[in-house]
Amino acid sequence: MKSTFSRMMALVLLVVILAAGCAPQATPAPTEEAATAFKVAIVMPSSITDMAFSQSMFEGLKKVQTTMGGESAMEIAYSENLFSVPDAAAAIRDYADKGYNLVIAHGSQYGTSLEQVAPDFPETSFAWGTSLDTFQASGINNVFAYQAEAQQGGYVLGTIAALMSKTGIIGETGPVDAGDAKLYIEGFQKGAEAAKPGTQVSVTYTGSFSDVSLMATAAETHIAAGADMLTGSSQSVVGAIGVAKDKGAFWFGTQWDQTSLAPTAVVASQVYDWSGIITDMIASAQKGVMGGKSYTLTFKNGGLVIVYNPAIEVPADVKAAADAAIAGINDGTIVP
Amino acid sequence: MGELFTLPVLLGILYSGIRLATPYLFAAVGETFAQRSGVLNLGVEGIMLMGAYTGFFVGMKSGNIWLGLLAAALVGILMGLLMSVISITLQAEQGISGIGLHLFGLGLSSLLFKTTLGSVESINGFKPVRIPLLADIPYVGEVLFNHNILVYAAFLLVPLSAWFLNKTTFGLKIRAVGQNPQAADTLGVNVIRVRYFCVCLGGMLAGIAGASLSIALINLFQENMTNGMGFIAVALVYFGGWRPYGVLLGALLFSFVNAFQLWIQVKGINIPSDFAIMMPYVLTILALAFATKRAQQPAALTKPFERGEN
Repeated sequence: MKSTFSRMMALVLLVVILAAGCAPQATPAPTEEAATAFKVAIVMPSSITDMAFSQSMFEGLKKVQTTMGGESAMEIAYSENLFSVPDAAAAIRDYADKGYNLVIAHGSQYGTSLEQVAPDFPETSFAWGTSLDTFQASGINNVFAYQAEAQQGGYVLGTIAALMSKTGIIGETGPVDAGDAKLYIEGFQKGAEAAKPGTQVSVTYTGSFSDVSLMATAAETHIAAGADMLTGSSQSVVGAIGVAKDKGAFWFGTQWDQTSLAPTAVVASQVYDWSGIITDMIASAQKGVMGGKSYTLTFKNGGLVIVYNPAIEVPADVKAAADAAIAGINDGTIVP
Repeated sequence: MGELFTLPVLLGILYSGIRLATPYLFAAVGETFAQRSGVLNLGVEGIMLMGAYTGFFVGMKSGNIWLGLLAAALVGILMGLLMSVISITLQAEQGISGIGLHLFGLGLSSLLFKTTLGSVESINGFKPVRIPLLADIPYVGEVLFNHNILVYAAFLLVPLSAWFLNKTTFGLKIRAVGQNPQAADTLGVNVIRVRYFCVCLGGMLAGIAGASLSIALINLFQENMTNGMGFIAVALVYFGGWRPYGVLLGALLFSFVNAFQLWIQVKGINIPSDFAIMMPYVLTILALAFATKRAQQPAALTKPFERGEN
């Protein structure tokens, strides 16, 4: 009996060690403690190499770090793959407790946790997105909110796709019918239908941000239904891009430049550049304004950028139509 | 609804369903061996991730995807060996050690990905092999007989495993060890050795299941890319009543319904996407609740074996 008990204990210990060793860990950037360094921590639902949402924010942070003068001026710590909200909430509290100046909760699912944590750390700035709610209505003044106007780039890419399509059928595939993906997918659809009336746009959702296999099957299904232009949102689209490449369809990316995954298939991507927003949040916090502002990424403020793949020829008149769409969005004549 | 049941749609479902079922077949048939010998391995997911990473990494660095496949199988065996030591020799609680193995595979594959690759890249995986004559059958020929080698292997594995389990002496030993290890032991069967073999075989097949994603079907590696497939594979073993053909039935049902629900969405049938997404899971649960006979369950499943007890 005693041996069974000690075996059980040994096992529990082993599992705890394994779990502790393998759970996504906070990884502070190695740096000497400079007294003046502004310390930023970020909690992300996927990895910093996801070719999508999390990578765009992490690269934005690195860009700001370089502009500010490197690690001695700004310190970055990150926790990735925290799709589970309770884990993320613990990490957010932990970073605030450790004295980070700005703690970013990069996912709309983290909102309610942030609302609970932020009041306990009035000296810390928090930020979250995608959302426009800074919780000022509930008396919280140290939370920033940010959102990408994903429908703007969606509209422009939809314009290009409709004009380049030979079959007149376009397939879109997203994770869930909500948030950033919904904005993008609906904007894309609107752009495609406006650019070439009669274009047929089909939409599928897989119900998951990480189901690469089902996302690939969704792309396969769209192509079998006649689509020759595809797009989609979330980190799981990497599988769909591979299908587009293998079956000779074209792909349009969003959140991050996805060209490197399939240089023969990716026509253009909408890239999120968060650096302007991050710079402003840091400047605000340094001046003592800890929150209360909501930001949006748009073409106008340079937060959204269309990046073309130089290896794929986009006809001049199509590019002109895309530029006209951007101009229309900027002067308000087009509302995507 | 009418345009949903056209020939192109049905062929599309058949094609996608077969591809979707492939990783489940490898993993679930492998797990069937482990469970028939009395070991519940919940770590399939972690082994799949290690197999997916290893297959991709070795395939990419060596330029030979066959070598990648071999490496994935070897890593699967090693992970199976680790599970065996913990759960058979040290007699740890099988459910818990399986979860530990999953976390280990999840963490290690992510860590290795970050340190060795760093970003998502694609690879030229196994190409479709068209089977002459059979692929010329009108309509279904192209859909059934123009797949990559791992798809064929997954489907051949089912009759092969059923024969091995039911018709060979070693298969009889496996079943005996899972039903009544004490009796098997008295008849001279080496219970520990049989269980080690089955768990390692299951590990190998789970490793290949992961590689079938990273170097044959999706042709890239992303952290946590299996997304719960390993756990569904364990459920499929219960669904299939611990028989390879039952596992095949479950894997096909789940995959076909998944392919079908995507077509519902593509065709713009007016139901919320959330309902479409739920379909394969709801159907699987219903089938589990009504169709499976738990009498099939190996009597000694999850029970560690110690010689001379009883």
